[in-house]
Amino acid sequence: MGLIFAQLLTGLANAATLFLVASGLSLIFGVTRIVNFAHGSFYMLGAFIGYSLMQVLPGMFGFWSSVLLAGLAVGVIGVIVEMLVLRPVYKAPELFQLVATFGVILVIQDLALLTWGPDDVLGPRAPGLKGIVRIMGEPVPKYDLALIAITPFVLFILWYLISKTRIGILVRAATQDREMVGALGVNQAWLFTGVFFLGATLAGLGGAIQLPKGGADLLMDFNILAAIFVVVVIGGMGSLPGAYVAAVLISVLNVFGVTYIPQSTLVLMFVVMAIVLLIKPYGLFGREEVAGEHGQVGEPERPIKPAGTRGRVIVGGLLVILAMVPFFGSNFAQVLITDIIIFALFAASLHFILGLGGLVSFGHAAFFGSGAYVAALLVSHAESPMEIAFLLAPLGAGGAAIIIGWLCMRLTGVYFAMLTLAFAQLIWSLVYQWGEFTGGDDGLVDIWPAAWLNGTTPYYYFTLLFGIGGILLLRHVAHTPFGYALRASRDSVRQAEATGINTKRIQWAAFAFAGAVAGLSGALFVFSKGSVFPTELELAKSFDALIVIFLGGVKTLAGGVVGGASLEFAKDFITRFEYWRLLLGLLIIFVVILAPEGIVGASRKLGERFGFVDDGEGRR
Amino acid sequence: MSDVLEVKNLSKSFGGIQAVKDVSFSVKKGELLAMIGPNGAGKSTCFNMLMGQLKPTKGEVYFEGQNLIGRPTREIWRMGIGRTFQITGTYTSMTVVENVQMALISHHRRTMSILPYAHKMYKPKAMELLELVGMQDQAERHCAILAYGDLKRLELAIALCHDPSLLLMDEPTAGMAPTERIKLMQLTADIVKNKNISVLFTEHDMDVVFAHSHRIMVLNRGELMANGSADEIRNDPRVQEVYLGGGSLFEEAEIQA
Repeated sequence: MGLIFAQLLTGLANAATLFLVASGLSLIFGVTRIVNFAHGSFYMLGAFIGYSLMQVLPGMFGFWSSVLLAGLAVGVIGVIVEMLVLRPVYKAPELFQLVATFGVILVIQDLALLTWGPDDVLGPRAPGLKGIVRIMGEPVPKYDLALIAITPFVLFILWYLISKTRIGILVRAATQDREMVGALGVNQAWLFTGVFFLGATLAGLGGAIQLPKGGADLLMDFNILAAIFVVVVIGGMGSLPGAYVAAVLISVLNVFGVTYIPQSTLVLMFVVMAIVLLIKPYGLFGREEVAGEHGQVGEPERPIKPAGTRGRVIVGGLLVILAMVPFFGSNFAQVLITDIIIFALFAASLHFILGLGGLVSFGHAAFFGSGAYVAALLVSHAESPMEIAFLLAPLGAGGAAIIIGWLCMRLTGVYFAMLTLAFAQLIWSLVYQWGEFTGGDDGLVDIWPAAWLNGTTPYYYFTLLFGIGGILLLRHVAHTPFGYALRASRDSVRQAEATGINTKRIQWAAFAFAGAVAGLSGALFVFSKGSVFPTELELAKSFDALIVIFLGGVKTLAGGVVGGASLEFAKDFITRFEYWRLLLGLLIIFVVILAPEGIVGASRKLGERFGFVDDGEGRR
Repeated sequence: MSDVLEVKNLSKSFGGIQAVKDVSFSVKKGELLAMIGPNGAGKSTCFNMLMGQLKPTKGEVYFEGQNLIGRPTREIWRMGIGRTFQITGTYTSMTVVENVQMALISHHRRTMSILPYAHKMYKPKAMELLELVGMQDQAERHCAILAYGDLKRLELAIALCHDPSLLLMDEPTAGMAPTERIKLMQLTADIVKNKNISVLFTEHDMDVVFAHSHRIMVLNRGELMANGSADEIRNDPRVQEVYLGGGSLFEEAEIQA
């Protein structure tokens, strides 16, 4: 009994940080409708800045003022980010803002590395709260009790600020109807900046206050990201009490999970989230949302046509050049091109549902990884021949996509994206923690192709055949009735349904199809590397694909392929620099602000201006 | 004349508010039937229930003898009812003719097909429909850059794709210039006559209503308060007093014309 109570207290103490960071994220989303992926970075900055301040300021007073000052400093950083990066893209579709905040993550990561170095730092213990107290015979750190006491206090202050003050009323009004608040003469830009300040401050406080428990390291930004998203989604986007309840729920469950079912700790949180969303699609305290815009704001997409003679000749010529590479190119060139084609196919499969279907999936890596793991597991456990494993991989990934798609299709917009993320994380944690079957962190190795494909050059041709074949298949389907019905369902659900199109079924089928193609790219991947690790299923992998599509251009048919090929190529070059994240992050931010149509869109515009291509109105 | 659509005791309440109360009427073959009423009278609610977008609290709707209640919108469309919306909802990423082709593809149940090129399918039929509404010259234009009146005509072409026997038009001329309104309604009236289609439409423009409808229903606070020919409605004292506030609206509308 005593142990259970003590664990409950630990859970409540852990909830403090989670609540602080998540409530900030929730506030920012509620008002600005921006899914701030850089929120974990604010949290990390809070920890590092707090640590540095605590080295200077002594004693109990020094400790707590360091926490406060760290929060405020991060708040100011948040304001800088908001004004420089986000203000230019408020009117842009969700995906653009998301990618912009992703650029911020990369920049902050390298800046933190520059400032604080690569080593983890141990947080100082809070002066005056160093010991433990015994509660029902169990040791409980004093600092935990302090955290438990502080959290409801913070919740109360926030609640008072939001529901009783004039600023709070404006914030709530803006949460419900931004345009109306603007029409009533409130300067929205400053309201947004203010909310960003508050949200970032909360994240900074969360980072600083957990120092005595967790210290600071360069991975903490990504480590907390998934958890705070889960909290915000379970609690309901924009709801403070929801964030508190969900933070407590997740933290307490986690503590008990670690004790009683240690293999499940990572999965647990996502299982809870999936269950909550399936029962209450908008979270425990959330209200129904009108679906987000999914890249449909701004200039509508151009009509598409299959490639004309000129296009076919260019693609054909490119294929001939690629086929000749083994005759004049180095081994390295073949490996690089193999990697590029595999990644381009993966990106193109996500582009199919995202660009044509308007379905923003945050978890597409789940299907890439499923394909890779299905093939690897078949080879290592069932000793199946490579050919059969290769065929079954896309089917396995497609099957996973059918199930996950069915569950996610009930939601739209950000909630759909979050649910795909949850399921992707679920699969990732399953693979990661089910060590005896999947190899866990050590991955599965020795997965080589059949004898007739062994060697760089044969496998290069194999990848060329299936990779380019997959890309051309996706492109062909885009021009068929199915691809058109998918675009119709994105352009106007109402019109599509009113003319007999079962939009949900079309989207579901597209989701499964894209999953199967991602599985194909995963299978190509695993046999080219000879191994697979859980990193192929990670959040970062899904984000890579999202960024790539964005760089290539969401509203263009070739966006996925061009972006995928460019990034994979650029990565090979850029990762040779020590601070490549900084470079890539800045590059992403610049593209967001300067060329929101992506590489393909921007070059088409240039082409139109100089008369190389038709502008769709018969003018040149 | 036989009844195409039969509506019996249709009712809908939202919480405590009764938006539509016991509305019963029928649409005859080849008839242009107008449903008018002030804002909030329950016109759109009625339409949404007929088309399966809202579930009625009570009542029955029969289309050519088959019950419509409980069926999804797309199924009702397949049975042969076309609909146009107050605010157009065309596919902005496609060309004009592709918008029509999309509906034709759906009508022929080919939406899951992944072999043929969609932009080559049913093109002659799509062009025929565009010609019917006078849009053939704009067939290859990008839908996103069309003028509003052209979008309305395109929507009409789409609604005619599956040769419906009944058209439901929610404020077909809303947001259009007066001359365009007359033209569009004249076009609709001609098509209805040639193809022997029945039309049920709501409309705020009294010119359009009195010039084109064969029969007029007046809805007020969710109840059907009058149902008759243009003359009967014009001279119905209850309509004049309760709904039109002494009939001034008529004169205004007539002055505008």
